Amino acid sequence: MYKIIRKKSLNPTVTQMEIEAPLVAKKALPGQFIILRVNEDGERIPLTVAGYDREEGTVKIIFQVVGATTELLNHKKEGEYIQDFVGPLGTATHTDGIKKVCIVGGGVGCAIAMPVAQEFHRLGAEVTSIIGFRNKDLVILEDEFKACSDNFVMMTDDGSYGRHGNVTIPLKEMLSAGKDFDMIITIGPLVMMKFVTLTAKEFGTPVTVSMNPIMVDGTGMCGGCRLTLNQDGKKVTKFACVDGPDFNGYEVDFDEAISRGRTYFDFERKAHEETCNLFKKA
Amino acid sequence: MAINPKKHEMPAQDPIVRAGNFKEVALGYTAEIAIEEAKRCLNCKNKPCVNGCPVNINIPDFITKIKEGDFEGAYQIIAKDSSLPAVCGRVCPQESQCESKCTLGIKFEPVGIGRLERFVADWHNENSCDVPLTAEANGKKVAIVGSGPAGLTCAGDLAKKGYSVTVFEALHTAGGVLVYGIPEFRLPKDIVKKEVEGLKAIGVDVQTNVVIGKTLTVDELFDMGYEAVFIGSGAGLPKFMRIKGESLKGVYSANEFLTRINLMKAYKPDATTPIQRGKRVAVVGGGNVAMDAARCAKRLGADVTIVYRRTEEELPARREEVEHAKEEGIKFMLLTNPLEIAGDENGWVSGMRCQKMELGEPDASGRRRPVAIEGAFADIDVDCVIMALGTSPNPLIKDTTKGLDTASWGGITVEEETGKTSKEGVYAGGDAVTGAATVILAMGAGKTAAKAIDEYLQNK
Repeated sequence: MYKIIRKKSLNPTVTQMEIEAPLVAKKALPGQFIILRVNEDGERIPLTVAGYDREEGTVKIIFQVVGATTELLNHKKEGEYIQDFVGPLGTATHTDGIKKVCIVGGGVGCAIAMPVAQEFHRLGAEVTSIIGFRNKDLVILEDEFKACSDNFVMMTDDGSYGRHGNVTIPLKEMLSAGKDFDMIITIGPLVMMKFVTLTAKEFGTPVTVSMNPIMVDGTGMCGGCRLTLNQDGKKVTKFACVDGPDFNGYEVDFDEAISRGRTYFDFERKAHEETCNLFKKA
Repeated sequence: MAINPKKHEMPAQDPIVRAGNFKEVALGYTAEIAIEEAKRCLNCKNKPCVNGCPVNINIPDFITKIKEGDFEGAYQIIAKDSSLPAVCGRVCPQESQCESKCTLGIKFEPVGIGRLERFVADWHNENSCDVPLTAEANGKKVAIVGSGPAGLTCAGDLAKKGYSVTVFEALHTAGGVLVYGIPEFRLPKDIVKKEVEGLKAIGVDVQTNVVIGKTLTVDELFDMGYEAVFIGSGAGLPKFMRIKGESLKGVYSANEFLTRINLMKAYKPDATTPIQRGKRVAVVGGGNVAMDAARCAKRLGADVTIVYRRTEEELPARREEVEHAKEEGIKFMLLTNPLEIAGDENGWVSGMRCQKMELGEPDASGRRRPVAIEGAFADIDVDCVIMALGTSPNPLIKDTTKGLDTASWGGITVEEETGKTSKEGVYAGGDAVTGAATVILAMGAGKTAAKAIDEYLQNK
């Protein structure tokens, strides 16, 4: 069992928790993920690490309530326990040789982009952060990003905060103006990452994308997290849990990933509704 | 009295009934049947069956105890050599091991050794409440990576010798393939749980949610004071055919399909883990895992076809599993090899195109090689495809352990007689070494390594 040391609501649907898991905290690096189960008989869900305190032995997770399991997790209080918490899984984000980096985060993906931005800042790289949300109410982690960024741009889809429009607008402006990033790292909805990749490709700037596919074990056993890369005209199957979650954006078959990501859409929607009803009754 | 030429039949659930539930298929001998079956043993002098057993259980002796009605005595004889008798009695391929050597088998059907082993283990689990003996601690710590059959056997043997043993398991439940792979109807999970509890009772510490190679490395285990490490991390990443359409929704690896059902209980109506309930399912492959996946899909209500590129004779699955599958109404499309999986406009599987095959010349394995019959195709109407083609080794330990040699295909290289790897104090066994094999071979490897680790640490 793993204790919830702190819990904080970041916006109406996004929650931050710090979980006591000393072994995971000791090893975790930006870009890696954990798998948790809220309770016995619960489902295993992957969540990317949003931070860690090695001395305190805690790992920070930030999640959006989207389904039954995140709903259950969100009902857990500070001081309560979750059943299982395993990691750190996957490979860490590569930082070697990157002096100028652009971090492009979207929605709750910003929670994962933030520790990556912080790591580059700590390593002395020039950090540009572009983060986008649907509207003002959903904005999270603005101060944290500002603190670790040399350049910072806030975007909202409806223009209710920061600049109006999506994250590719300022990215394209910067690239057009001759900004030479060593790497663009993008974390967020698949559709956003697809378009960030297409934008970067126009200028030949390399892109790393953080994939978050369906997983069961997360240790290289089930193969559910497979995705297709196009490498030199050849289609190659990779497993996000052991080969990723970071991949070269140019190579990822996004359309396939988007389709596969919707496999259990109906099941999840129904399960979420049922869970919500349980809490309403209680 | 004349010897009954046939084994006493195993009482089983009716095929039509069981194809709709996940309860155990084989129900087990009663005491009366067990005694009668035990009487068929000739108690011959040279005991060939013992050599047919990878862990060399003293088979004639335990059968003699059954004849005498001393079931606990029989259990104690088995327990000397096997850590998991209730498991082995169910999933060992006895027909190609102990029973294949049985003297009675020359003229008649061999003694039902596996069925008797299962009876004895179940009898013990139900009737015995003996507190297990714990050995005097020798103060030495050994780490076991993986809680599957290899790891549990190695852990049990070392604990019985007085070692302080910790088993590290990546998943949230101990048991490895016994819990995520083999279905409930073939090996009830309560039995695995009981075996694990038995090991805990003799002092084995089981740490779930620890991925060696990620949470901790093998070198860190030594830093923590473990003096030897046994790696029984099992098989790894599932293989796919690399044909068009394998990423469509509705295509599963057998590992994923079985894990969702067995470990995550997705077959239960109130399960939190989803699974697609296909109406027409094709399972590609002919091994035991393919049979397990097919029989699970059947129990979820599907019309199931096994697609295999050779003939029934070459099916690598146990005969008994094939028969069970057939009785439950699973169809076999033999000499058929998938070419492409078709999808609908929403990315779901809508069919599979296959090549018809014929058998050609024998290949390196001695089996006749399947060759395509030009222009002969078969289109199957399916909405779910399960690939049961084996696995390739998991890279997590190999990539994080300096000095650990692996074969070109990724399996850990060991000295066969001891399980010793190229790294000092590190031993390995089971699927991580051999590639996908059987539970009992993994147990045998765990046993061999336990003996070698004991010798190594005594002389250290």
